[in-house]
Amino acid sequence: MSNQNVLEIKNVDFFYDDFQALENITMDVEKNKVTALIGPSGCGKSTFLRTINRMNDLIEGARLEGDILFDGESIYQENVDVVNLRKRIGMVFQQPNPFPKSIFENVAYGPKIHGVTDKSELEEIVVESLKGAALYDEVKARLDTSALSLSGGQQQRLCIARALAVKPEVLLMDEPASALDPVATAKIEDLIEDLKEKYSIVIVTHSMQQAARVSDMTGFFLMGELVEYDKTDKIFENPSNQKTEDYITGRFG
Amino acid sequence: MADLKKKRMLTDKIFKVIFLIFISLGLVVLAALIFDIVSKGMIMLDWEFFTRFDSRFPEKAGIKAGLFGTIYVIGLMIPITFFVGTATAIYLEEYAPVNKLTDLIKLNIANLAGIPSIIYGMLGLGVFVRYLNLGRSVLAGALTLSLLVLPVVIVSAQEALKSVPNSLRNASYALGANHWHTVYKVVLPSALPSILTGFILAISRAIGETAPLIMMGALTFVMFTPQGIMDSFTVIPIQIFNWTSLPKVEFELVAASGSLLLLILLFILNGLATYIRYKYSRK
Repeated sequence: MSNQNVLEIKNVDFFYDDFQALENITMDVEKNKVTALIGPSGCGKSTFLRTINRMNDLIEGARLEGDILFDGESIYQENVDVVNLRKRIGMVFQQPNPFPKSIFENVAYGPKIHGVTDKSELEEIVVESLKGAALYDEVKARLDTSALSLSGGQQQRLCIARALAVKPEVLLMDEPASALDPVATAKIEDLIEDLKEKYSIVIVTHSMQQAARVSDMTGFFLMGELVEYDKTDKIFENPSNQKTEDYITGRFG
Repeated sequence: MADLKKKRMLTDKIFKVIFLIFISLGLVVLAALIFDIVSKGMIMLDWEFFTRFDSRFPEKAGIKAGLFGTIYVIGLMIPITFFVGTATAIYLEEYAPVNKLTDLIKLNIANLAGIPSIIYGMLGLGVFVRYLNLGRSVLAGALTLSLLVLPVVIVSAQEALKSVPNSLRNASYALGANHWHTVYKVVLPSALPSILTGFILAISRAIGETAPLIMMGALTFVMFTPQGIMDSFTVIPIQIFNWTSLPKVEFELVAASGSLLLLILLFILNGLATYIRYKYSRK
């Protein structure tokens, strides 16, 4: 079984100083599946996402108890190389955040800092990553122009391409479409569908419809707890927990 | 209703006129000053003015010593200030732990920016000229001016670094970049135009400084150009100051020529700063 689970989260508690943001989270994330995390604002789903690539390390006063296994190995041991971890677990943020550099340089940034210097190899990675993010056809004629000249939706796909360029195994997406219009959102969702063939995806989303459309598994977070975690169909059609049902039927949140 | 509307429009107009008067006031004074300097400065200004040393006779007095002194001092000061200032700002904003001590240091650097320049002159005299035994040299002058503008450079570089959105840092970290890569490849390039703009403005302030250099003992009557960083020197503003204190009226015109030169230098530097800001803000 364990080789099917790319991530195993075991009894994770998470604190910002004295405030407990996550309480006893236990869940497995399956390989090459899309796992959606839903819940009202402030329920801890984004915090949880950021524990998986240890982005919370950057926050002063943040502390985690419990353990997270990635590929069967703990990522919270002393000797874990965070740089390597983040290379293997990529992240896409809520607001598109391309660097104020050219499109090419944005995608090449990751491979470059990880030691790729050969120009043709870099070009190959950039093209491949842009294709992977379904952006290549739109930008192939202007790879040298600033990434900031792209539309919001294109910028977000560029950020996905940038994450793909370091060849991760897992992609974490923190509400990747919340700043985008419906057309751009649809493109991102189609892309997620394609990406799961190669990557395991964990996506935080505000939109329940989006979770229902793109995910295989869904976890419902409330007040820092994982209330229910099951197959997406089950969660949306026949949730076991009353709170989940209240939430997805729109009775609160 | 109509009355109210009229009243509103009247208030609008009145304030517009008031603001216009105040800005005109400033501009008129500035224009008068520049006109005065240019008209007087042009009289004695010729090529010889740049190639001659100072003299007891106004028609023979030139700015060469001051010009070379300024170039030497500022030229030496630029790398010192840029590297120390930028590195300090990077440490304070990107590396220093967030605690009371860091806050205290930041606050005090901001306070240092407000200390009168003559105090730095005394510090330079005490520390560089006397204690470190550098004498009244170009090096001592450059170090003194560096101390003077460093707080300004540091504060403006800090602001520039702070204005780089955190989302860019996060994006870099999420790709597995380490701290230094993130600072060097993402934060610095974004902040550099603002850092440079603040830096150039600080330099142009230093070029016009007189008091601290007189305090630390720069010479006023100099018949040579510095050959190395341990030579004594004078600078343009000291030269001007010296001329204005001489009894012969013609020296007023010589001083005006010096002022004109100083003004042109400052215009060039400020223009450069504006150009850098404009060029990068469009990207």
